[in-house]
Amino acid sequence: MRSPLRTPTAASLVRDSSLVWLAAGVVGVSFGAISVAGGLPVWVPVVMSLVVYAGSAQFSAVGVLLAGGGPVAAAATGLMLNTRTAAFSLAVGDILGPGRAARLLGAHLVTDETVAFALAQRDPARRRAAFWVSGIGLFTVWNVCVLGGAIGGSALGDTAALGLDAAFPAVLAALVLPALRDDPGGPDDAGAPGGSTLSGLRRAAFAGAVVALAVTPFVPVGVPVLLALAGLALVGRRAPA
Amino acid sequence: MSATVAMILVLAVGTYAFRLTGPLLHGRVDIPVRVRELLAAAAVVLLVALLATGALTESGGFAGWARPAGVLLGAVLAWRRAPFVVVVLGAAVTTAALRLAGVA
Repeated sequence: MRSPLRTPTAASLVRDSSLVWLAAGVVGVSFGAISVAGGLPVWVPVVMSLVVYAGSAQFSAVGVLLAGGGPVAAAATGLMLNTRTAAFSLAVGDILGPGRAARLLGAHLVTDETVAFALAQRDPARRRAAFWVSGIGLFTVWNVCVLGGAIGGSALGDTAALGLDAAFPAVLAALVLPALRDDPGGPDDAGAPGGSTLSGLRRAAFAGAVVALAVTPFVPVGVPVLLALAGLALVGRRAPA
Repeated sequence: MSATVAMILVLAVGTYAFRLTGPLLHGRVDIPVRVRELLAAAAVVLLVALLATGALTESGGFAGWARPAGVLLGAVLAWRRAPFVVVVLGAAVTTAALRLAGVA
């Protein structure tokens, strides 16, 4: 994992990643601040960020705790939200690098943003570099900022005013939409990204998003994106050239 | 507080187990190309679903107009291959500006 980091591509990976780090940092500060303001001791958000390391699951679990839902409901909510990381880990299983340490450490760094970053790259070396650059940076920034927020309290102003809640969906848009644009529409179309033999990815993603949005008001958090996988039924196999 | 410790541990171990699925299976189980491509497709479908629900919903309800409007602008920019920085900052600034103008 060291040699790809010295190539010129590292600069662009760091530049793009740093925006995600910045946005995640602000969210981390607010997570720490909200947890402590709600009455939890400083170590709870800090330890949670280190060992769970999943922003949305942490917010949900603490939200359930602070709402008086109890630890069982808090853990169940967080776990339900994180089931998707199993699918993500399968998608990046082969890009972490050889060796037990890379796999054991890399697994902990699997997050929505880092997986999206890695999969947005074309060649394997760049995918690996993107995963580690984005992942290590995000882990560091997230934890430092949660600690800062837990100690510093509510020094941070109203984050909604900064539009940061729009930044995360926009990050995902920037990372997945270019690949979808290149996706061929039908089974006869050729020239998909990454030499995939699949087609109809755009249809599948759109249908999945519609399903997720439609069920959001009625099912527990975390379930909508899992149900989006039903969209995969629309993925077809490209006719051989 | 021990219940909280147990909650954090269960959440941490469970999450790590989910995350370890792929790295553990890789190299041990011979995953066919077709399945690997489906897994990559599944990741894209999940990410787009996260994008849609993250843009439009908040706590099971509508997130208001300012956020989806900003994300929509970001999505259009991304579709037209604008640089990453432009997409993300464009979305955040648009949402912030709309809120400043009184749009929720």
